[in-house]
Amino acid sequence: MAIKQLSVFVENKSGKLLETVKALADAKIDIRAMSIADTKDFGILRLIVSDIDGAKNVLEDSIYTVTDVVAAEMKDESGALYHIMSVLGNADINIDYMYAFTSTVNSGAYVVLRVDDNNATEKVLEENGIKVLASADI
Amino acid sequence: MAYFQPEIETASREEILAIQNEKIVKQVKHVYENVPYYRNLMEQKGVTPDDIKSVDDIKKLPFITKDDLREAYPYGFLGTDLKNCVRIQSTSGTTGKRVVAFYTQDDIELWEECCARAIVAAGGTNEDVCQVCYGYGLFTGGPGLNGGSHKVGCLTLPMSSGNTERQIQFMMDLGATILCCTPSYAAYIGESLAEAGYKPEDNKLKAGIFGAEPWTEEMRRSIEKSLGIKAYDIYGLTETSGPGVSFECEEQTGMHINEDHFYAEIIDPDTGEVLPEGAKGELVFTSLDKEGFPLLRYRTRDICVLTRKKCSCGRTHVKMSKPMGRSDDMLIIRGVNVFPSQIETVLLNEGYTPNYQIIVDRVNNSDTLDINVELTPEQFSDKVSETQAKEKTLEAAMRTMLGIGPKIHLVPPKSIVRSEGKAVRVIDKRKLHD
Repeated sequence: MAIKQLSVFVENKSGKLLETVKALADAKIDIRAMSIADTKDFGILRLIVSDIDGAKNVLEDSIYTVTDVVAAEMKDESGALYHIMSVLGNADINIDYMYAFTSTVNSGAYVVLRVDDNNATEKVLEENGIKVLASADI
Repeated sequence: MAYFQPEIETASREEILAIQNEKIVKQVKHVYENVPYYRNLMEQKGVTPDDIKSVDDIKKLPFITKDDLREAYPYGFLGTDLKNCVRIQSTSGTTGKRVVAFYTQDDIELWEECCARAIVAAGGTNEDVCQVCYGYGLFTGGPGLNGGSHKVGCLTLPMSSGNTERQIQFMMDLGATILCCTPSYAAYIGESLAEAGYKPEDNKLKAGIFGAEPWTEEMRRSIEKSLGIKAYDIYGLTETSGPGVSFECEEQTGMHINEDHFYAEIIDPDTGEVLPEGAKGELVFTSLDKEGFPLLRYRTRDICVLTRKKCSCGRTHVKMSKPMGRSDDMLIIRGVNVFPSQIETVLLNEGYTPNYQIIVDRVNNSDTLDINVELTPEQFSDKVSETQAKEKTLEAAMRTMLGIGPKIHLVPPKSIVRSEGKAVRVIDKRKLHD
């Protein structure tokens, strides 16, 4: 069920992020969700894209890694994120990082979760009535 | 066991000494009479040619330093009439210390013979295809190995440096078996071959002869693996002739100095006192029979160790260790001596590429050391904490090796500018403020 996230190493220098994003745009790759973690020296650009193999081709000369992450659907209303986090907290599942996105396709709100055990996380979410997305859903 | 000149390369200690003693007496007399700059140094020290009866007396002679060469530029150390000289070679002069050396035809012959000895020691024969991608021109690397390769009878590919795509094409199409270049360029060729889809066993190379810049055992192993070869070190400097002053045999435990041409001493760099065999100190060379540029007791600034331990290759000439550092390269940061080769060792041990750049600066009267290191896909994680932990681990390993803590900056692969000749490893911004 887990979906593929592409994480790209980007040097913390002006123009570097632009280069990466332009390369994806030129290859007509649609970015469905993204977040950036930044440090003094470098950033990590995390992406969920329409065509992961195409994106890997484009980023051949960059440093990147592909990770499985869990994407859960939220109701677009107050308390929705709190609900998901309490479910995970009760199950002792730690979140390394997370980011949210909305989709016009399904007009829903979603949260991407980076955890150690994707299967356990998906199981807990589904047991609590939270929809987990497959790659095809995004 | 193959030698280029077996009689001399395996001569007994007594035979070598006899040759050296005969040559030094003549050479000192000749220099005294023909090089006023050095005669003046000898007079200041109260030494005359009569005082020099054997190589044991060399210690009485004054040293020549790079500053002397600069002061005497260009003709001050010329040892014979210019009409007898047929060539000059020169150092890069990037540090403002350009040295111009003069060669007679005999000087060229002896230099090329020394290079030929190195090629044969690396397994070269007249059936080999020797690709020389040291720079040709004023730099001694290309002309030296080119001449040596001719003397051995190899098919010589005089590629010079740069244009890596063409290097690879010639290497593959003509089946080069011996590669001669700087170690950093050898590493680069290895990477480029892999990128072009070649495996180490796809090329016909069997040996590489690498020198002209400092490199470590770790770098040797990494080059040997990427090219599928045995990598041999070669040493030399323009001041004495060029590459081939000493070279490695298959034992790979030090470089045999061609003692019939170059007399080596190890001295205490502070006091100038000659140190016994096995002691670490500054290497000093006396050219025993060079005519055009006959330097006596030239201080190389290279720190190394000499050993006369019997070598399994059968060669009897003294061996020098790989230079452990060069006082020119040595950086003094917060009072601590730092050699770039130490940084390279740590990087290779920790699984990084040997591509790095050292940036030294002074902020608020305190020295700073920053090292840019190229990240590899294996070291990268989507978690910030893990990637930063790699930086911290590397910083700790550097602190252990260097005695001071640098700041590590991970940068994308290939973002550190590579020259195709000598690598620019150090940017010392402190000089701008002084």
